[in-house]
Amino acid sequence: MSRNAVTELLPHRTLILLLVSLAAVLAPHALRLPAWVTAAFLLCALWRYLVARRGLRLPPRSLRLLATLLAIAGIYLSYDTLLGLDAGVAILSAMLGLKLLELRRRRDTVVALYLGYFLVVTQLLYHQSLLMLLYMLLLVWAMTMLLITVTRPTAAAGPLQHGRLAGSMLIQALPVMFLLFLLFPRIPGPLWGMPQSDHTGVTGLSDSMTMGSISELTQSADVAFRVEFHGDVPSTPELYWRGPVLSGYDGTTWRQPDETAAFTPSLEGLATALDYTVALEPHNERWLFALDLPVRINTRAHLNSEYALRSTEPVRERVRYRVSSILRYRLHADLPATQARSYTYLPDHHHPKSVELAREWRRESNDIGDFVGLALAYFRERPFTYTLNPPAADTDPVDEFLFDTRRGFCEHFASAFAVLMRAGNVPARVVTGYQGGEINPNGGYMIVRQSDAHAWVEVHVENEGWIRIDPTAWVAPERIESGLDGAIGETERLPALARRDGGWMHRMALRWDAVNANWDRWVLAYGPQMQQRLMDRLGVEGTGRMIGLLAMSLILITGAITALVIWRGRPRPRDPEVIAWDRFCARLARAGVRRQPHEGPRDFADRAARQRPDLANGIHQVAARYIAVRYGRTRHRPQAVQALRRAIADFRG
Amino acid sequence: MAALSRPFRHLGRRWLDYRLGKRRERQSLDYRRIFILPSPGGLLFSAMILAIWLGGVNYSNSMALLLCFLLVGIGISAMIHTFRNLSGLELRAGVPDAVYAGTEVRFPLQCVEHHGRRRYGLEILYPGKPRPIPFDAQADTDTVMAIPVAASRRGRLHLAEFELRTRFPGGLFVAWSWIRLDTTVLVYPAPESGEVPPPLDASGGDSGNVRSHHGEEDFHGLRPYQPGDSLRQVAWRTLARGQELQTKQFAGYGRRSVWLDWSAMPELPPEARLCRLTRWILDAEAERRPYGLRIPGQAIAPDLGPDQQTRCLTALALFPGGAGVQEPDHVP
Repeated sequence: MSRNAVTELLPHRTLILLLVSLAAVLAPHALRLPAWVTAAFLLCALWRYLVARRGLRLPPRSLRLLATLLAIAGIYLSYDTLLGLDAGVAILSAMLGLKLLELRRRRDTVVALYLGYFLVVTQLLYHQSLLMLLYMLLLVWAMTMLLITVTRPTAAAGPLQHGRLAGSMLIQALPVMFLLFLLFPRIPGPLWGMPQSDHTGVTGLSDSMTMGSISELTQSADVAFRVEFHGDVPSTPELYWRGPVLSGYDGTTWRQPDETAAFTPSLEGLATALDYTVALEPHNERWLFALDLPVRINTRAHLNSEYALRSTEPVRERVRYRVSSILRYRLHADLPATQARSYTYLPDHHHPKSVELAREWRRESNDIGDFVGLALAYFRERPFTYTLNPPAADTDPVDEFLFDTRRGFCEHFASAFAVLMRAGNVPARVVTGYQGGEINPNGGYMIVRQSDAHAWVEVHVENEGWIRIDPTAWVAPERIESGLDGAIGETERLPALARRDGGWMHRMALRWDAVNANWDRWVLAYGPQMQQRLMDRLGVEGTGRMIGLLAMSLILITGAITALVIWRGRPRPRDPEVIAWDRFCARLARAGVRRQPHEGPRDFADRAARQRPDLANGIHQVAARYIAVRYGRTRHRPQAVQALRRAIADFRG
Repeated sequence: MAALSRPFRHLGRRWLDYRLGKRRERQSLDYRRIFILPSPGGLLFSAMILAIWLGGVNYSNSMALLLCFLLVGIGISAMIHTFRNLSGLELRAGVPDAVYAGTEVRFPLQCVEHHGRRRYGLEILYPGKPRPIPFDAQADTDTVMAIPVAASRRGRLHLAEFELRTRFPGGLFVAWSWIRLDTTVLVYPAPESGEVPPPLDASGGDSGNVRSHHGEEDFHGLRPYQPGDSLRQVAWRTLARGQELQTKQFAGYGRRSVWLDWSAMPELPPEARLCRLTRWILDAEAERRPYGLRIPGQAIAPDLGPDQQTRCLTALALFPGGAGVQEPDHVP
């Protein structure tokens, strides 16, 4: 027989379950992996299946080696690196596929299953929802069951025979997992550098705004962040969640200024501060969101020159921070004239009609207040429509929006308004962020979704500072009062979750979100800091004591599980007739006739009677009674057992 | 190194003796007799868990850590279950029938399950055997299996101390125990093959124990048929009456008895003499000719039949110089 022909080590059904489980492990990765890696894996699995089914041969060693090298080269070409999470997952997936072509001995199967466990964990690095965890637990169960089956030296009845055992092992593992999770010392990461490419594909605001960029974002019902208020919840029109502030303008795009001018403008609070905690979903950028305007925060962050909150590190995982905001304020009232000029900049030869209109208003008005009023009146009195699907602009987006189409989303209104202000020589900038939010009754916290993304304008008035003006509110006040859902037409496409009146589906979704929020808050966010706080609360000082506590509780819990497992398997009392028969056999063994393991009572009695003819009568009598009790249908069982006992007692007597 | 390790090995041996206790005819696996360590697969599993932990820490990912700790829990659970797979099992040894040297003896082994649960994937590692013998122990009945052992030398063959181990479930841990069961089997000398000279009929007329010389065969009785009995002696009449197959026995033994004598072949070395005597005994039984055995220190009067054959072969098997013969008698 050739070396590559396989004497099948895995029964057919076990092999199928193995291939299906490993494919299920790979499935969520397939969205990110290069298509050829997924295809190659499936090809390998199919090949392995045909080896078992149709007697195909496994590829020779040289071919497998070549395939390994090709796969690594291909992954290098796809990612430009072999390091990092993405490339690592690709390599693991390719190795797993190639390992399938090597499943020859028991050890190969075990290694394939270990690789499977590893890939399960890498998936959790990408996606941390509760549902994904449940899916992964299912896979861990399946792979544990397979591990039990393939490492068993005797043949199993089927791949599912040990499903229950795998399940109970998983359940017994839970307390240990819980303890380790709480008490195993947490080390703040990262241990080594993480390439930037590790976190992509997250939705959120960007650091620039063009027409259409926010309306695109509102199609997503993803959660942007959740907020717990430690006091009264402000009314919805006050909920302006400040994000990136865009003051640079080039005629089409609003951008953040560069970070070189690092100073924080002056702020004068006109109301008491409001306390709340934000749990921000990762968006891979550095800004944090807070109500206009934040004054205190308990995470490493700073306020830039536009009074936007910036984290020192990009937000790559969920962060929680506690903020205080003042909703009435006077911001940067002392803006120097030199700086004010940069907020009135408009590129030449753009929006000529709008610029002309604004200059006319400016000439008519006495002060900035009048001028702003004229602009807002224009929005209110002309037939502007607030829509998610504005027509695309041909040449000049602002002029066309203000004079022709008059259909637009918040970024159109904000952008056009800021242009008008600047044309009238009033300092203005665009602020992006979120507006509003939905209180989840199942958890008492507020959900702010990507669909709540918004843009508004700040204009600077001497001695008053920066004043927030939201032109959208003048056109579609419902947007600010009751959210996007109330402001746009019924026919417009909007994710179901973004609609507030979604019925039972929406209520279920809110309940599920509450579960997720708690999961995020208590499990996912559990890191070095929370562990420290827990230890402080428990009165455990220092890592040494924590490890001691961990060791002690691990020993206790392992002991408890052991006791439970062993106790459940405590000896079953033997039937009384078997005990009596054993006593009889022992007595005969002393008399020189030992029962052989394979001998039934009748055979043994016959042999013993032959060997000890002097005892034959007694032997036959006892054996007959035993057989009657044990195998016959006796109506009076206790009496029959009693008779057997007496016969044994009388034996030799 | 080897010189150094010897006293330690001796110490370890003594500790094991203390811990495992004396050889008995049955052995229960309690916690003192079970040893458990991670298997190579388990070490690989630990390495994988460590790698997952590093990844979880690096990416500050609670979920990865959660799964990492779950796998630790599965490992601990596997350890408990592996231990439990051996714990409480009782092994009993049976006594196999005597065999001839050069053949294989199958030591019967009985696994008695007092807990009503199946034990999967048990393995017996018998010294000198390259492959373990895998088996499952049944939950509701005793499991009977056999350890085949080559009987190379005549004498008394002890069931050696062997290892019973399991890696079930999952192969992460290996639990084992040394099983010391007190059971022996007699190994008769291998009968000499080929042409052998017939035994010298040196006895002359001296055949005192033989009952009669009538030249007639007197019917003496019936005994159950045994394989090898001549068909001419089968009691066909009783068989026709529906009774079991029986063999007619005759008193009087029409032929003259023969003495099988150790000293009759001075040219052969002792073991070869034993082989020839064995052959002679078997031949005499086949010819149904009464025989006596004379070996140094022992003489067995002439007779015929299975008891005589057993008596004589046992004497040959236990003749000084055989395996395990010098040891004190263990047979209960």
